[in-house]
Amino acid sequence: MSAATIYVPGDSGALSMGAAAVAAAIAREADRRGLDLHIVRNGSRGLYWLEPLVEVATARGRLAYGPAATHDVASLFDANFLAGGDHPLALGPTEEIDYLKRQNRLTFARCGIVDPRSLDDYLAHGGYRGLGRAIELSGGQIVEAITASNLRGRGGAAFPAGIKWKTTLDQPATPKYVVCNADEGDSGTFSDRMIMEGDPFVLIEGMTIAALAVGAAAGYIYLRSEYPAALVALNHAIGAARARGYLGASVCGSGRPFEITVRVGAGAYICGEETAMLESLEGRRGMIRFKPPLPAIAGLFGQPTVVNNVITLASVPVILDRGAKFYNKYGLGRSRGTLPLQLAGNVKRPGLVETAFGLTLRELIEDFGGGTASGRPLRAVQVGGPLGAWFPDAMLDLAIDYEALTGAGGLLGHGGVVVFDDTVDLARMARYAMEFCALESCGKCTPCRIGSTRGVEVIDRIIAGRDRAANAELLRDLCDTMAAGSLCALGGLTPLPVTSALKHFPRDFGLEREPADAAARS
Amino acid sequence: MAIEQTWDERAVRAIVDGLKDEPGALMPILRRIQDDLGWVPPASVALIAKALNLSRAEVHGVVSFYHDFRHAPPGRNVVRVCRAESCQAMGANALVDHISKHLRVELGATSADGAVTLEAVYCLGNCARSPAIVINGRILGCVTPARFDEAVTECWVDR
Ligand SMILES: Cc1cc2nc3c(=O)[nH]c(=O)nc-3n(C[C@H](O)[C@H](O)[C@H](O)COP(=O)(O)O)c2cc1C
Ligand code: SF4
Ligand code: FES
Repeated sequence: MSAATIYVPGDSGALSMGAAAVAAAIAREADRRGLDLHIVRNGSRGLYWLEPLVEVATARGRLAYGPAATHDVASLFDANFLAGGDHPLALGPTEEIDYLKRQNRLTFARCGIVDPRSLDDYLAHGGYRGLGRAIELSGGQIVEAITASNLRGRGGAAFPAGIKWKTTLDQPATPKYVVCNADEGDSGTFSDRMIMEGDPFVLIEGMTIAALAVGAAAGYIYLRSEYPAALVALNHAIGAARARGYLGASVCGSGRPFEITVRVGAGAYICGEETAMLESLEGRRGMIRFKPPLPAIAGLFGQPTVVNNVITLASVPVILDRGAKFYNKYGLGRSRGTLPLQLAGNVKRPGLVETAFGLTLRELIEDFGGGTASGRPLRAVQVGGPLGAWFPDAMLDLAIDYEALTGAGGLLGHGGVVVFDDTVDLARMARYAMEFCALESCGKCTPCRIGSTRGVEVIDRIIAGRDRAANAELLRDLCDTMAAGSLCALGGLTPLPVTSALKHFPRDFGLEREPADAAARS
Repeated sequence: MAIEQTWDERAVRAIVDGLKDEPGALMPILRRIQDDLGWVPPASVALIAKALNLSRAEVHGVVSFYHDFRHAPPGRNVVRVCRAESCQAMGANALVDHISKHLRVELGATSADGAVTLEAVYCLGNCARSPAIVINGRILGCVTPARFDEAVTECWVDR
């Protein structure tokens, strides 16, 4: 009989819950019992409350056990989990777990399933079929497919990817570049990390297709330094792809070259903004550039450059493989395809939820998330990272799509949803938003650089109960000035969490006195 | 009061020589120095500037812009605590207080005996297992004060 295959995620979220020790304990126990085991360190399925989620390959498909700790290992073997035996941690067939079953996993089709270190596994699960198609097409035809799919940038600004690619394709200047934005700075987001750790080849394939489309010979991945495991996974995958001719002087024998280099950032949120990122790649401070020129026309080293988010690029292979129509079928309105949402904060079942656009926030938080982790009432949700708006419970029936959230005074951003229970103090969170802006401002514009520091002071006065109404007015004015006078969205959108907190949660700023509340606070 | 700190000039020189021809070489150079030495010695700025044909002010400007580049050597242990929203939703602020008390070091500082540096980070991408911290490069999720105390004994280096 051949060795049984066990999956223990090597994803850093799983590692943070002890997956390495669990994998080691399983190997030791198998050894002790004289069993032959093949342990794969897969990515995460994104069901984080179940991590470390151990899976066993059986005749009935993959069966899940979790969350597993080292002290469970002996009993798992005793229960004969290698043959799917019953155990208190048994969750049944992984694919049948409701949380997973209800998703539309297109971009994340392989994440958590394949061995991220194995190019063969990637190929066996449909990898590089998109590139296979792309190689037969002209650059213009690839761009047309992306345009027809209505894929919009997943990094935050939701700009149509096809239009951006067309702009770069149309530039006569060479060389051209493809830059992948892997700076993922928004709190509450981790989809980029999961893909890079769990299915790095799909990002490499997406970048390669982008390069063929626009005529670029070199690509960079700008990776945030907080993701060391992703760095290892990417560099390994790039090496494997190169060794097999998927990267290099002649991609798949097409005669067209493409190389990818990973560059690691140095802990600056602002370098997630594309022009600051280009500055950083060129070896300078991450200062925002004036636009125009657009990076698509004059980007890295002044050359035409496509800059896209990890998830945007990782969604390209499935579009080429299965066709724009297939992708476009998902979603609603102008938000087409699927979005990997990231559910985090105070929620019972946090994780990655890739579905077609159109799910409501409530469905996400209650049906998928199971409500708060603390069991206390939910009070506020921040959608779209540190520059996103705060919503009260009463607004959770909003559909998750770009236009609906913008219409409600918020933004979808990179798809992070962070849940807070009733212990949250929105005045403190508003203060934090200003503090974060002050900390991360590139310093180019006064409203952002100085305004954010003033914002902290004004909110401190409100919290201290000094002249609340007047200071709230001052805070609103300050927010208007920042929104109007900032060059980029850091200064321009920091007002969003602040004013939405003021608007929906005035009590936390002491602006609507409720007798019980006032007594409790004084 | 600045104390002259010794730094490994040979190591820095080797890094600079190895990377100076990369496009946009300054960032990879500083990154490698930070990774290998644990800090970017202010005294190395002149050497880097000369090799890249930049002014010292330019190099200094870049070093000081990025949060990761330390201006002094870190303690023997480094604890990084996430302070961003998702972790706050799960008690990061109280955790920071606990850690600071337990280690007897302020956030952003190195203890006087050089045993530990405590730093804030803003999201480790582990928001689904908040609050998250990193002790000596090892990531930990769902960190309660008790779990922290336990982890510290496991991951600690003491020379
Ligand atoms: C302050 C700021 C931070 C940003 N951070 C990120 C980030 O971490 N990742 C990202 O992909 N885009 C980020 N963006 C958006 C980028 O500027 C850019 O729109 C994006 O990389 C384009 O790729 P896409 O069209 O595929 O989304 C940020 C923008 C701003 C203003
Ligand atoms: S808004 Fe802030 S971060 Fe953006 S360019 Fe201006 S100063 Fe820099
Ligand atoms: S907010 Fe702490 S890990 Fe993301």
